[in-house]
Amino acid sequence: MAFILILFPVFIAIVALAIPSNRYRPWLLPVTACIHTICTFIALKYPEWGFKTSWLTLDPVSSIVLISITLLFLFSSFYAVSYLKNRNEQSNRFFTACMATFLGLISLMIWSHHLGLMWVAMEGTTLVTAPLIYFNHSKKSIEATWKYLLVGSVGIALALLGTFFLAYSAIYAGFKPTLDFNILLEKAPFLSKTWLRASCILFIVGYGTKMGLAPMHAWKPDAYGEAPGITGVILAGGVTSGAFLALMRMYQICNAAGETVFMSRLLIFIGLFSMATAGVFLIDQKDFKRMLAYSSVEHMGILVLGLGIGGPALFGTLLHIISNGMTKGILFLSAGNIQRSYLSKNTSQVQGALKQLPVSATLFLIGFLAITGSPPFAPFISEFSILNGAFLSGHFISGGLFVFFLLIIFIGMGKTVLQIVQGTVPQASEKSNYRDTFSSTAPIFCFLIVILIIGLFLPPPLAEMIRNAALFLENK
Amino acid sequence: MNEFINVLFVIILILNLFALGNSRILTIIRIVALQGIILGALPLFIEHHITIPLLISSVAAIILKGFVIPLIMMKALRDAQIKREVEPLIGLLPSTIFGGLVTALVFFISSQVETTNQPEVSLLIPTSFATILIGFILLITRYKAISQVLGYLVLENGIYIFSLLLIEAIPMVVEMGMLLDLFVSIFIISIITNHINKAFSSLDTRNLSSLKE
Repeated sequence: MAFILILFPVFIAIVALAIPSNRYRPWLLPVTACIHTICTFIALKYPEWGFKTSWLTLDPVSSIVLISITLLFLFSSFYAVSYLKNRNEQSNRFFTACMATFLGLISLMIWSHHLGLMWVAMEGTTLVTAPLIYFNHSKKSIEATWKYLLVGSVGIALALLGTFFLAYSAIYAGFKPTLDFNILLEKAPFLSKTWLRASCILFIVGYGTKMGLAPMHAWKPDAYGEAPGITGVILAGGVTSGAFLALMRMYQICNAAGETVFMSRLLIFIGLFSMATAGVFLIDQKDFKRMLAYSSVEHMGILVLGLGIGGPALFGTLLHIISNGMTKGILFLSAGNIQRSYLSKNTSQVQGALKQLPVSATLFLIGFLAITGSPPFAPFISEFSILNGAFLSGHFISGGLFVFFLLIIFIGMGKTVLQIVQGTVPQASEKSNYRDTFSSTAPIFCFLIVILIIGLFLPPPLAEMIRNAALFLENK
Repeated sequence: MNEFINVLFVIILILNLFALGNSRILTIIRIVALQGIILGALPLFIEHHITIPLLISSVAAIILKGFVIPLIMMKALRDAQIKREVEPLIGLLPSTIFGGLVTALVFFISSQVETTNQPEVSLLIPTSFATILIGFILLITRYKAISQVLGYLVLENGIYIFSLLLIEAIPMVVEMGMLLDLFVSIFIISIITNHINKAFSSLDTRNLSSLKE
């Protein structure tokens, strides 16, 4: 199963490069995605069919990330078909190939239990997503791609150094150096504390750059702002969840080594700092795609905050990986539709979207309510659970700040979103002939259904999986 | 043998300073290439038992860091028709002196901290850190896109030096994966620099400033 999940998308990418027809090529994506999703569920249901070596293993934590990413890719791939049909003037050969390769690489990253291999896959996802950001070929998209590549490459290089430090901490303790996650976990109590701490800091800085945690988020608003909406989904729900998985691996090692307090402090600080930064930039934000980027900074902050609080907050944190990914799907895709109809992403020109694009605008509004943690959607459950965990474990100040930032962000985002959906359509945009179609809105409804199901009644098998994963994270 | 390895480390450190002090981009590309060749050959001197995988990864590193990447960079440079970094953020002489100070500082700190093991690689960790920091200085103080990429390459070289401590821990597949990633990233970056040059008629990254709050 592991090999199908990893190699099949890469094979499809090669096929995509070979197919000459711009019209039929995008259909490869839904095909790949369906097979990937089916194989994922088979691998989850029958673990013995899944491949298991010391390098490639699907553990409870990576299962959660895998579910999130496979669903995200499944729904986005159908949207991709309708999006690329609209952009038929441009060759989608590399776009399709890079999307498919991304799926293969992120699967490799999720399965790998060898930290070196995990790094190689993560760096690979950085590289294949760069052409996705550059798809529009405008001056601004060049700038965004350049910043993404340079900042991302340096960040991920630091993560590599952190990975080496981790291996070196084993030499220091007199063991054979290794990057095998299971062995490191086993020997964690004997690792050199100094090198482990240094490694932990570099992991947070390096993979944190990929996640877009403040203050390493500089690339994020530019990349999300200039990339097509669908790329935004892949980055905000896919790449970031992968990088967060790397941090969770580090958390487990620190936990086993008795260094949880050290890492938790860092995570809580950087999580709250990210939320605060997002809050500042979300107030009076005119550009609604940059708004989504800052919202992503916020939610990455929530994830690391939850991980830092640990214990009772871990359930919410793991659930938040899924709920954040799915909700970002709604927001980025509906924002993409709105941008396409108005040919602008600035609130001075985009108004009255409810009249122009009733379905997309409604979905955008619902997405906003969901991402800011309003019931009855999934992020409400996960954020409430993290808050609950914070108070249960005695983190009163962090919990208080968490609620305060959520409130600020709700107000800040609300103003921008309401400006977009309400009011009258400016005359310049009325002529636009881009309207809601079934194929451009149905995938967004799929995301909505998922977050509604999770929000209204968490399916017991999923809850069970998340509980197992939370126990696994704490090495219990 | 120890003496010889230490000499190589000292050469790497001197090349760092040369890279900082030179304004001709072509010369910096050559300096980084030479550094790459020395790095690629280093594992053959450090390890006592030379195995086939070690030999393969060493040769692959030499070819990639010493020849392929420099050729890609030179092509990007020719396409852009620029020769020198005109006005770096910090002048060439001050940045060389700064680089020298950073190197000295790293060596001073590492002599204070007790390091473990193998005497044959006593210079390895400080050389690695100094190279990483000098890569950062290059990356931050230069404006031309190609110079920034060279800074990234020096940084990457510094990390590669550290990995020599861990030859046993990094299987060949992973080692090759890392080199492949490096190659693809330089390849994509050179495509983007080409597009920057076409769109802005310059490789000055100060032009890339339209996206901000």
